[in-house]
Amino acid sequence: MDVRHELAGEHDAVRAGPGAPARPAGGLRRLLRRRSTIAFLMCLPLTLLIAGLVVYPAFYAIYLSMLNRHMTAFVGLGNFAFLLRRPTFQMVIFQSCLFAVTAVVFKALIGFVVAHLMHNIPGRHQRIWRGLLLVPWVIPLALSTLTWWWLFDPSYSAFNWLLNRLGIGSVPWLGEGWIARFSTIAVNVWYGTPFFMVMYLAALKSVPEELYESAAIDGAGPAQKLVYVTLPMLRNIIAITVLFSLIVTFADFDIVRILTAGGPQDMTHVFATYAFQVGIQSGDVPLGAAVSLFMLPILAVAAFFVLRGVSRRSREVAV
Amino acid sequence: MSGAATAAGALPGRPRRRSRTLASQRRWALRASYAALGAFVVTFLVPPFYMLMTSLKTSAEISAERGNPWIVHHPTFANYLYLLTYPNFRTYFLNTAEVTVLVVAITMVVSVLAAFGLARMGFWGSQIMATGVFLTYLVPASLLFIPLFQVIGRLRLINNLWGLVLIYPTLSVPFCTWIMIGYFSSIPKELDEAALCDGATYLQMLWRIFIPVAKPGIIAAMIFAFTVSWGQFLYPMAYLYTSNQMVLTVGIISDLVRADVFAWGKIMAANALAAAPPVLVYVFLMDYYIAGLTAGATKG
Repeated sequence: MDVRHELAGEHDAVRAGPGAPARPAGGLRRLLRRRSTIAFLMCLPLTLLIAGLVVYPAFYAIYLSMLNRHMTAFVGLGNFAFLLRRPTFQMVIFQSCLFAVTAVVFKALIGFVVAHLMHNIPGRHQRIWRGLLLVPWVIPLALSTLTWWWLFDPSYSAFNWLLNRLGIGSVPWLGEGWIARFSTIAVNVWYGTPFFMVMYLAALKSVPEELYESAAIDGAGPAQKLVYVTLPMLRNIIAITVLFSLIVTFADFDIVRILTAGGPQDMTHVFATYAFQVGIQSGDVPLGAAVSLFMLPILAVAAFFVLRGVSRRSREVAV
Repeated sequence: MSGAATAAGALPGRPRRRSRTLASQRRWALRASYAALGAFVVTFLVPPFYMLMTSLKTSAEISAERGNPWIVHHPTFANYLYLLTYPNFRTYFLNTAEVTVLVVAITMVVSVLAAFGLARMGFWGSQIMATGVFLTYLVPASLLFIPLFQVIGRLRLINNLWGLVLIYPTLSVPFCTWIMIGYFSSIPKELDEAALCDGATYLQMLWRIFIPVAKPGIIAAMIFAFTVSWGQFLYPMAYLYTSNQMVLTVGIISDLVRADVFAWGKIMAANALAAAPPVLVYVFLMDYYIAGLTAGATKG
């Protein structure tokens, strides 16, 4: 888009530019002075970084995942087949999807509500409210999860103190499978909702006020305004935010690792924590690599749609 | 909720009552919004509040289990004083700061150069590369930590802070490059033409014109790199194992948690101290922070 426009005039600019005076012969020197060569050199650190520490490890992971435990023999897709047959891993797949989908749905809904509430109050007050609501996002997740762990502590849980006060028995927040699943999801929702709120709020502000006015003149009620004005205008940004959050949530490690380390009975394990346990703690590097690679298809699909949404939005913004 | 009450009064045929109803309904909608927002803020701030409360308690008060745990009865700064003189904690803090400063510096150099090259100069394939950079941003740490474990091992950087300095830029550079591409693209082309006419080289152009003009983007990118590097948990968890190399996120957990079951006051005080730098950056640079946060959805 933008880049392509610049590309068009590039070579002419070099020749016409007085900044490049008549140069003596010497192919290498001329090459080094060329605009595109300089640009390429400027991108070289980035290229090396991504090639060496992202692309190479990605392919290396695929190779690793096809070795046996001691990395002495090639086993093809054996690790993947082994994992798929294991009930524990089937549970990991289920829990990863449950964790990501449930958390993203709640983050999206709560974030939408909060953004609307914020949009409702006068602009001069929004700053302080937004500032307070964004605090969960600002504290590093590993640190705030530690606080949640303390809030969920089996014998000192401050939540249980409140519940006991209300005459309700203590809840084993992290001790019982489904409750622990709920707790990890709740922490993720707490952490991620502010991000949705900020994204929606920025998008809400960009919807032209005239659209609402003309909708009101046409007799649209609040629900109709939401369905026929707000949602269509925000559709793209909602899609980008949801998909982006899906990627991040799906790959989450910190919350589950700190709160439960996968327990009880491996019920809260997600791909990242299970890969850590298998690959780093138990030392079965190939199997761990295989576990992480199971994330790849879902991440790739989500990434494709995020990219499409973003380039669409860039076009909209440019117009 | 939002426009709910505002439009409800706009019924045709009752012109006189309309304005009054409208005004009062608007007022009620506003009050309801404030009340609901207040409820959300209270809910969202429960963990930080409880963290601060616990950090001011003695171990005796915590384990006594008497009275309301949500408030502190005998506030003390003993936990903070303990941490300030505790050598391990100081090591974690300094290690984190060292890694973060290096990562921010590396990130900015790499991403500003690349963004300038991609957005302003271009070469064959630069369009594809800009897309590739964005895709890299979507690659999560948990996808590559196991092959990277092998790579870092071969470089002999396991249990070494330099391993983190090497890897963290893969998390920060793509997004920072993306932000900077957006900012650089928005600078009018006349500026570089004028600079080229004056005989400036490309690096001078970048240094004298683009960086000063795109300063908000630079700050937003620096904040992003800072928060990524300060809060990363998976890589240090996987690659570091001795306390002299640890950073705050893993140090607090492995050191204070294992040492004493009832050290929660100290753990929460350590948490508060560790969370302070990002929170302070946020408090003072909120607008840049939010600009960086929302930049992912668009170019700039």
